[in-house]
Amino acid sequence: MIREQSSEHVSLPTQHRRGTTGEPLVWLTAMGLTIGLLMVVYLIGLIVVNGLTAFWATPVAQIELYEGSKAGINDSRQFGGKIVKVQQKATQGDGTRDQSEWQVLVGNKDAYGFGFKYLDRADIANVSYPADVMLIERLEYGDAIGMPVALQIKGEGTIPATDAEFTTRLQSLVTAVNQRREAIKRIEKKDIGRINAKMDALRLQQRALERAQPPGTSVPAAQLQPLQDAMAALQAAYEVLAQRASDLRGQQNDHGLTYRLITGEERRLALGQIVQVSFPNQLNIWQRVGLFLHNVWVFLSQEPREANTEGGVFPAIFGTFVMTLLMSLAVTPFGVLAALYLREYAKQGLIVRTVRIAVNNLAGVPSIVFGVFGLGFFVYLVGGTIDQFFFSTALPTPTFGTGGIMWAALTLALMTVPVVIVATEEALAAVPRGTREGSLACGASKWQTIQRVVLPAAAPGILTGLILAMARGAGEVAPLMLVGVVKLAPTLPVDGLFPFVHLDRKFMHLGFHIYDLGFQSPDADAAQPMVFATTLLLIMLIIVLNIGAIWVRDRLRKKYAMGAF
Amino acid sequence: MMAELTKTVEPLKITDPILDIDGLHLYYGNKEALRHISLALPRKRVTAFIGPSGCGKSTLLRCFNRMNDLIEGIHVIGTIKLDGEDINAPDIDVIQLRRRVGMVFQKYNPFPKSIYENVVYGLRIAGVKNHTILDETVEKSLRAAALWDEVKDRLRESALRLSGGQMQRLCIARAIAVQPDIILMDEPCSALDPIATSHIEDLIDELKQEYTVIIVTHNMQQAARVSDYTAFLYLGELIEFDETNKMFTAPSKKKTQDYITGRFG
Repeated sequence: MIREQSSEHVSLPTQHRRGTTGEPLVWLTAMGLTIGLLMVVYLIGLIVVNGLTAFWATPVAQIELYEGSKAGINDSRQFGGKIVKVQQKATQGDGTRDQSEWQVLVGNKDAYGFGFKYLDRADIANVSYPADVMLIERLEYGDAIGMPVALQIKGEGTIPATDAEFTTRLQSLVTAVNQRREAIKRIEKKDIGRINAKMDALRLQQRALERAQPPGTSVPAAQLQPLQDAMAALQAAYEVLAQRASDLRGQQNDHGLTYRLITGEERRLALGQIVQVSFPNQLNIWQRVGLFLHNVWVFLSQEPREANTEGGVFPAIFGTFVMTLLMSLAVTPFGVLAALYLREYAKQGLIVRTVRIAVNNLAGVPSIVFGVFGLGFFVYLVGGTIDQFFFSTALPTPTFGTGGIMWAALTLALMTVPVVIVATEEALAAVPRGTREGSLACGASKWQTIQRVVLPAAAPGILTGLILAMARGAGEVAPLMLVGVVKLAPTLPVDGLFPFVHLDRKFMHLGFHIYDLGFQSPDADAAQPMVFATTLLLIMLIIVLNIGAIWVRDRLRKKYAMGAF
Repeated sequence: MMAELTKTVEPLKITDPILDIDGLHLYYGNKEALRHISLALPRKRVTAFIGPSGCGKSTLLRCFNRMNDLIEGIHVIGTIKLDGEDINAPDIDVIQLRRRVGMVFQKYNPFPKSIYENVVYGLRIAGVKNHTILDETVEKSLRAAALWDEVKDRLRESALRLSGGQMQRLCIARAIAVQPDIILMDEPCSALDPIATSHIEDLIDELKQEYTVIIVTHNMQQAARVSDYTAFLYLGELIEFDETNKMFTAPSKKKTQDYITGRFG
């Protein structure tokens, strides 16, 4: 076909051509991505900085106020403390005075009645850093800040602070005190705990016997005697252990430490109350790093004290980890089987489409609704029924009829099941038709094809769904508050007593811990470093879980060498 | 090569056919895809189905191991007798049928498993667990598929690392590992380069000593090279079925003549 040439040659406008290359859009989308990334980096950076400063050993200042200033403590113009925050005052100034204010951690809550103080910068005359100021971390009332005076050692007398041996003796005694505290805890938690568990079991047996009797009669002595004998033996063992614990406790208070507050008062502290003593103005950089690492370790491995504002968060870490694990174990079979049925076996029609829509919408339901459902269905209905059939001797104290780690895990599993179903369906659909046909042509049944070829090939995609579900579940707090999370749990859900995994126990959770520290703490200022530190920990835990799952998925991908997921 | 086009033809007599198709009609919903196919396929020979695209050759092939059951809305009338048994009867075990009638597909489809596991797949799903039997079968099948020398040192590696031609030969090995009676091949070389194609064609020549091979191909020269018998299909009907050299030198029907000489395609 030959076109007629027009007499005039029309050239394409070049201006227009430049505009259609789309370059402004490239810049726009790049900027969008950059802003998003910057926000994430800023958020993580803020949490990291604030979280880590909670563990860093800052120096203790001695602050002297101007003559006539009203901002002193207990009529003293001098006091000591750590400078925690420097900020501009919110009120309007007259331009002549320095508008910044400091928040100072003065400690010594037992002496002053408060632990933190705000100061106007303008009131401060002099700030110095005396070398021998002492920071004592205690069991009660938070930290104490003061100058050491003397050690009183039972059977030996007094060692003044000026003595060369003072610091070494003090540290070795504090180490001994900590070890003895661990021993007391072990006796109480493990040994006495075991005896208590056995005594509880015996008591339940006795109650069962009493309930089995016709009303009016009492249990014959022959049946009761072995129980009572066992009880007596246990009671005797308990007495022995309790005596040992009490002896150790007495030893804790044998020695004492006198120190002088910078405001002037002298105070005495039994060594058994001390957790850690440090001299923050004397530390070189390596000691600071060592102290930092020690504080991080304490944070990760110890139990909380002082309404969760001091100590560590180990029970919350453990509870979060166990609950996420149980949730993953619950959600995977249900999600995968449901997706298998929807995709492979169900006749694709109106009903299946409706089910799929319902499942997708389930992902949008607010999580607190799941909490209420979990409470009503799992805790009261299912748990109550279980109690009636299996644990009736313990009633009216509920075993499963109250919140616990199992109900929490199941509630969250229900909440995250849509994610797993959708991801599994996508993964199954991505398995090429040729692979399925090849398997069927070899003489495999449909189930054999699914089990041996389709599921392994879809495994990376299924794991993606599981990663998303774990990330979502580990971070949810609202539903947990209704079905089993508590502020302070005396025991862990997994321990050495049979049956080792206690599905009916309440547990602690990092997300709830953050909420509790931030909003329900009696001392908000003291809790703030812990809030950031716990947030950082929760983020890192989720990152670790995700990296673990991604690693498993990568290995599966290499093994099966398949594309999309 | 202008043949005399006679109206009356002596029907080709096949003694002891392995597959006897009689009056086969196949419907996709309302559309008739195969119309009154009657055909007897010879044992231990290579039969090729040729014809233009969309004429129903692959559909007919997939009837023989009932792979069309996977497609919704397919309706089959007529009988296909495998050694005298109608495979469309309601009481037939399709799984057993598919072990006797193996299939190699156009796009090679090895499983994302090791080479060893690919070959023994058919045996494993039949319940064979004995390692010695499995090992022997792997060697025998891979040798029969002319792949043994190339892969004998890497049986445990992923099958997806092989080249295209090797993967197709692996699929052939997988098909013959269960000792089928018939091997169906649906355009097995269309996704391969010429060298791999010639390997497969040599292989087909060896396979016919043990197995009956039915191959669908759109490549007439390949049909002429490889097969003993050829069936020509057009728009769902069987136009002609004859020995290959007779069909290609002296076809009986004009349509066959036109197709072979390339007047339409």
